[in-house]
Amino acid sequence: MAGKPKLHYTRGRGKMESIRWLLAAAGVEFEEEFIEKKEDLEKLRNDGSLLFQQVPMVEIDGMKMVQTRAILCYIAGKYNLYGKDLKERAWIDMYVEGTTDLMGMIMALPFQAADVKEKNIALITERATTRYFPVYEKALKDHGQDYLVGNKLSWADIHLLEAILMTEELKSDILSAFPLLQVSDHLISAWNVTHTFHCPALKAR
Amino acid sequence: MSGKPRLTYINGRGRMESIRWLLAAAGVEFEEVFLQTREQLLKLGQDGSLLFQQVPMVEIDGMKLVQTRAILNYIAGKYNLYGKDLKERALIDMYVEGLADLYELIMMNVVQPADKKEEHLANALDKAANRYFPVFEKVLKDHGHDFLVGNKLSRADVSLLETILMVEEFKSDALAKFPLLQSFKARMSNIPNIKKFLQPGSPRKPPLQEKDIPSLLAIFS
Repeated sequence: MAGKPKLHYTRGRGKMESIRWLLAAAGVEFEEEFIEKKEDLEKLRNDGSLLFQQVPMVEIDGMKMVQTRAILCYIAGKYNLYGKDLKERAWIDMYVEGTTDLMGMIMALPFQAADVKEKNIALITERATTRYFPVYEKALKDHGQDYLVGNKLSWADIHLLEAILMTEELKSDILSAFPLLQVSDHLISAWNVTHTFHCPALKAR
Repeated sequence: MSGKPRLTYINGRGRMESIRWLLAAAGVEFEEVFLQTREQLLKLGQDGSLLFQQVPMVEIDGMKLVQTRAILNYIAGKYNLYGKDLKERALIDMYVEGLADLYELIMMNVVQPADKKEEHLANALDKAANRYFPVFEKVLKDHGHDFLVGNKLSRADVSLLETILMVEEFKSDALAKFPLLQSFKARMSNIPNIKKFLQPGSPRKPPLQEKDIPSLLAIFS
């Protein structure tokens, strides 16, 4: 029954986007079934397809996986993007949780009132340039390698790229003080170019 | 240089409690450093101990781990509480993440504005009773085993017990309709490492009191 993974979500980025990125980076083609009205979500719920009545849900390897992090960890593990041992995984997890926090702040913006939004954009810019990006810049500087962990592409690099691109949408010169992140951005984009064909969400960026 | 893991946090549950639970369940003794002022937190950030200037932070195996989930994943992996393969891990992760959502929801009750508190709690307890507990009751029913995944203790079981006890602090009969969860709770509570953790004098922390919130905000905001 092995086929392409099938993603169930709305047509936007939301919590599914990181999953699309990771599958694309792993070179895995996938299908998407979009939830367009309440009835679509109700049907999934009534079918018993959603463990906690929520999406994202990804059908993969005979499972109906829910919970964004569970799905991402499974894909990362399956496609060797999760380091070679426990310690490398710990570093990948730390880096990914950092970019998750940063992207979470950005994803919350559309739901905020104008004045709150403006304050938060300023906060995001500050956090990106003083709390998060310096960490990744330093990691690349300290070991001098192309990838964050273990001298090999991992989930941490994909997630960082996604976070960089998302932050650049908010402030296009956000990487001006981070030369190594700029290089990393290009390296991985180039690596990925064959995969973006499969992912309209990435292409549309 | 290896000694006991050392936990740095405030003297309260917050985001460190699930880490305390997991270490305790694994039978691992640990030390704790309690932050009492904002200055202490800032100093740790400045001396490079905190990757993103935040706690929890756990010193373990020569690393200064931050980010709750990264820490929990490492401990679970190290002490064989994370399933035997990718698929078991996937199940464990789904269960743990669902429980984390419920835990967070309930944890947030104490910081709700006074006029919203009751409604918020009612919603959280409703979710516990209708969205989360039924899932775990069914899992235990379907396979008939003592533990959630792989017929072996895992972090999912520890997480479930922790969450059950927390919900019961708000509604003592929360498990009334869930007989298998009741027996799960009794069984788990009798596991020696966990039994020890549930006794007075253990590193387990009491629930947050409203009077403690101002001092927390002084440190963190």
